[in-house]
Amino acid sequence: MAEIRVEHLHKAFGDFVAVRDSSFTVADGEFFVMLGPSGCGKTTTLRMIAGLELPTSGQILLDGNDVTFNRASQRDIAFVFQLFALYPHMNVRRNIGFPLKCQGVPAREVRQRVEETARFLRIAHLLDQPVSRLAGGDRQRVALGRAIVRRPMAFLMDEPLGTLDTEFRDLMVRELRELHLRIGATTVYVTHDQLEAMAMADKIAVMSRGVIEQFATPQEIYDQPATMFVADFIGSPPMNFLPFRAGLPSGAVSVRVNGAEIAVPKLRESVAESDLALGVRPEHIRFDDASRLRGTVFDSEYLGTTQIVTVSTEHGQVKARLSSEVVARPGETVGLALRPERLSIFDRGSGRALRTALNQGAADG
Amino acid sequence: MSATSDQAHSVVAPSGASKTIAGALVIVYALVTIIPLVWIVMTSFKTPPDSIAYPPKLIFTPSIEGYCNLFTTRTRQTPEYIAALPPAETECDRVVRSRNMVIAGPSNVIPRFINSIVIAFGSTFLAVFLGTITAYGFSRFKVPLADDLLFFILSTRFMPPIAVAIPIYLMYRTIGLSDTQLGMILLYTAVNVSLAVWLLKGFIDEIPREYEEAALIDGYSRLHAFVKVVLPQAATGIAATAIFCLIFAWNEYAFAVLLTSGTAQTMPPFIPFIIGEGGQDWPAVAAGTTLFLIPIFVFTVLLRKHLLRGITFGAVRK
Repeated sequence: MAEIRVEHLHKAFGDFVAVRDSSFTVADGEFFVMLGPSGCGKTTTLRMIAGLELPTSGQILLDGNDVTFNRASQRDIAFVFQLFALYPHMNVRRNIGFPLKCQGVPAREVRQRVEETARFLRIAHLLDQPVSRLAGGDRQRVALGRAIVRRPMAFLMDEPLGTLDTEFRDLMVRELRELHLRIGATTVYVTHDQLEAMAMADKIAVMSRGVIEQFATPQEIYDQPATMFVADFIGSPPMNFLPFRAGLPSGAVSVRVNGAEIAVPKLRESVAESDLALGVRPEHIRFDDASRLRGTVFDSEYLGTTQIVTVSTEHGQVKARLSSEVVARPGETVGLALRPERLSIFDRGSGRALRTALNQGAADG
Repeated sequence: MSATSDQAHSVVAPSGASKTIAGALVIVYALVTIIPLVWIVMTSFKTPPDSIAYPPKLIFTPSIEGYCNLFTTRTRQTPEYIAALPPAETECDRVVRSRNMVIAGPSNVIPRFINSIVIAFGSTFLAVFLGTITAYGFSRFKVPLADDLLFFILSTRFMPPIAVAIPIYLMYRTIGLSDTQLGMILLYTAVNVSLAVWLLKGFIDEIPREYEEAALIDGYSRLHAFVKVVLPQAATGIAATAIFCLIFAWNEYAFAVLLTSGTAQTMPPFIPFIIGEGGQDWPAVAAGTTLFLIPIFVFTVLLRKHLLRGITFGAVRK
């Protein structure tokens, strides 16, 4: 098991920069998720850690050793592919044993370790089946088996649940998390699915266009997004933005959004007059007739215990997550109250979150 | 089809009439293809007079004279000389003596046949080997000007072989490759390698890279991963390509007739010029053709499963 350190990693394919000056450290035994839309550079970063791509510049350290230009086979890491990459011409037993065979482990030990691994993953009864006959979930388990059997320093997984049905995916998310708790191996997991990331990760790096926007725990990412991109990417529906223009002194505790005075977490920096945005999660909005922030109910989406109410305001549409008991008829005029201590303020020019009492101490964007 | 859907018109299940028509067409096509083959095999068992009889004989007494004549050279002798010889030891001796001739020695057919085998299989092996590694390179690595290079490789097939035959003849004579097995192997390899590269590139493109990458991470070198992971999965493509290359090299006539005359002569230019008494010895020609068909027939039957996939490759996604 090992710590993975990535320093100033940079990768360009011709003119296209896939990964821009990324640095992060995955602690020993941590489940680390790289999250982002497709093409954000997360898979490229993973492939560089694996040794399948060489970086343009920067360093990768496994347990303190510089492995940046080592061959994949010399890094002692296991990789689980999106398509599982099970060798179709081998049965389950030979697939799982393949990495050991590559390393020249004696046949008896291979047999023993393969069976141990299969029992661990509850696929012992499938050992002599051809992989082509397995169901998706079992293929996934075989792919995991092939990774586990080596007892590598770290696991790298590239959207391993991407091809599974939703139902199976939930099951595998739980299994993967459980597996991680039992083995405790350092894991780097790439996905574009925020639910997977939130459910499994100890730490998440949200990436966009080759840049790590935020590196933090799932809760910090959700509650204290470092950039507008993160705030918009995470959460369903995502964070609402109310644009306004103002200059704010350090220590300010309220902002004026179109005449409405809104209390915010105490500002820890001052900004000159510029375009800003107030960020608010849908669940931090409630109806309040006294509020001067007003809008018309446009639509509501019933979700059982809660509903998502879309309100048209002069700042655009705002989505609020309210109890289903609240009555919201389309066309009705309502006032919106925001929970002051949970609001974020963003600089719309750079997308960066301003430092406030909310996110002080969280990573800067 | 279930009982309930009998009434329904299916767009995929063929109707009775179209099945009958399809069956009839297949039978007609099979006859058209098979009759010449049957004719050749029949002729190989006829005597020379039977073989040129008119109207052609469908019922005849089989004779091995064609095969005897194919494998031997004979000289004409007087009946007195033949009567004085010890009794015939083999059936061939007997057949030949009945025509007032004696066997003088073996003919060139066996060395020619060996030439065909060495040249066809040798060039097939080389073309498939080079084709596989070239296709792998084009498929997996960034090759500068890859598209232009692939087009260039294909362009070697644009011209009919005969268009370049004269320059190649002159070139081969200068560098001493004329009428050598090596020369023919290199020539057929050069012709086949473009087909091999294009066919195999398609097959290898279909093999996900992830398999090799998994093997690389699991501890194999690139070469090892290629041999252990890519090759087994490309086996079908390699087999199909090998058949196509072999069929070309085995049947090739134009280059062979121009560039080989003696030591390296293959069967195609040899067979038509088997001369017997008073012109073509048709039974011997037919016997040579029959034997010539056997290796390619066996090879194709052995690999027919792959051949079918090779022809339809790309048409059906896995």
